[in-house]
Amino acid sequence: MQMQPDAPPAAPRRFRLNGRDRSVTVPDHALLIDTLRETLRLTGTKQGCDGGECGACTVLIDSVPRLACLTRTGECEGRVVETIEGLARQGRMNRVQRAFHEQLGTQCGYCTPGMVMAAEALLRRVPHPTEPEIRAALAGNLCRCTGYVKIIAAVQAAAGEG
Amino acid sequence: MEPLAPFRVLAPASIAEAVAAAAAHQGARFLAGGTDLLVNLRHGIGAPGVLIDLRSIPELRRLGPDRGIGAAVTLAEIAAAPPMLAAYPALIAAAASVAGPAHRAAGTLGGNLCLDTRCIFYNRGEWWRSATAFCLKHRGETCHVAPTGHRCHAAFSGDLAPALLAYDAEMRIAGPDGLRTEPLSALYAEDGAAHLRLGPGEFLAGVILPPDPWPAAYAKARTRGAIDFPLAGVAVALRTEAGSVAGLRVALTGTNARPFLLAGTEALLGTPVDAAWRDRLGRLVQKQVSPMRTTLAAAHYRRRVAAALAGRVAAQLAEAA
Repeated sequence: MQMQPDAPPAAPRRFRLNGRDRSVTVPDHALLIDTLRETLRLTGTKQGCDGGECGACTVLIDSVPRLACLTRTGECEGRVVETIEGLARQGRMNRVQRAFHEQLGTQCGYCTPGMVMAAEALLRRVPHPTEPEIRAALAGNLCRCTGYVKIIAAVQAAAGEG
Repeated sequence: MEPLAPFRVLAPASIAEAVAAAAAHQGARFLAGGTDLLVNLRHGIGAPGVLIDLRSIPELRRLGPDRGIGAAVTLAEIAAAPPMLAAYPALIAAAASVAGPAHRAAGTLGGNLCLDTRCIFYNRGEWWRSATAFCLKHRGETCHVAPTGHRCHAAFSGDLAPALLAYDAEMRIAGPDGLRTEPLSALYAEDGAAHLRLGPGEFLAGVILPPDPWPAAYAKARTRGAIDFPLAGVAVALRTEAGSVAGLRVALTGTNARPFLLAGTEALLGTPVDAAWRDRLGRLVQKQVSPMRTTLAAAHYRRRVAAALAGRVAAQLAEAA
């Protein structure tokens, strides 16, 4: 990110990220998407429209899906942030990731991290969602390859496993 | 998209601190969920050096007491249909219809009521707007929607305002002169470049719902059913007595520079809701909405869909009565 000469000073922001306490020193106007991708090099969270329209940058903050492109890093102070990198355990995909893989719920893959995080949040809140509940939970996640059918099947498969 | 111009964020702990912060920092903007403001800032629309985050004020994050809703209550909290809002289904439906879950988790009541107006010539990156010499709303001389006119026609696209107008809700405005309570309709002006009647340093602190609301409902037409701003949105509050319409308020969004209450609805009282009544309501709506070429969908479609939605929602309410 380009810094202006009159840029406000950076300050440490502490939050829990993917199970680890982290502290990053960034200014107030730093956005979570840039802190994750540029500062922390966690590039699993995708930068799509970068304007709150596509859902590709969906992460979880306190288990609630949020758009990293519209969230300031400063807002995360003291909270629990989870990205796609935090789901696998010891190299094993979690149930949602595995279901997307097995049900072919991914094509080009660009929307997948956001889709998986939105689905993960839904399944934590509603372990056995109906199809309308799945569609509502993924309403903000745009996919331009699939017809969403296999994405929904993947979430249903993950729910069946849970 | 362009990087954000640098700003500092202040986190006042009270309404008084927020007012003082605004007085101390000329040109500061009030921030809540940021789903509208941060996108516009990234488009190079304004570069305030200071943002005042209203979410740090506990009083503004409260549902209640009584029938008050703080401006920083999120749309997700309203859409979750808390018991306090059980008598206000149109408000719940309007909140649930805003964008997607992640937007509703961040976006707030106050942010949706103070949403900036929208237009295909305005909600664009700086490079795009520079190619058209900008527009009347920001930095430019000409409104590309109506080049011979001298007024901005960008449309207000919030979903909560029509529901709250139909309920006849009041608002609380905080500012240098303290807190004042006024009808919500007093917040808006029919000017796409200056649609909010807020003085320097003033901000919306919350709304107050009326007791004993009439039955009401909200419906909107949009390009993408899953997530989109309204091309037209209509809230209707309708009270019947012995099968006839005894009270009617119709509020619209997405068609004008401000959300507004339909005038002349008293002419529709005293008769049942039938096809002829719906035609009369539809004509009244078509006369008062003024959609312009601010969306990719045609303006005449938005005019007709506003009328159709008004009739449909009114008929559903009459049937349920």
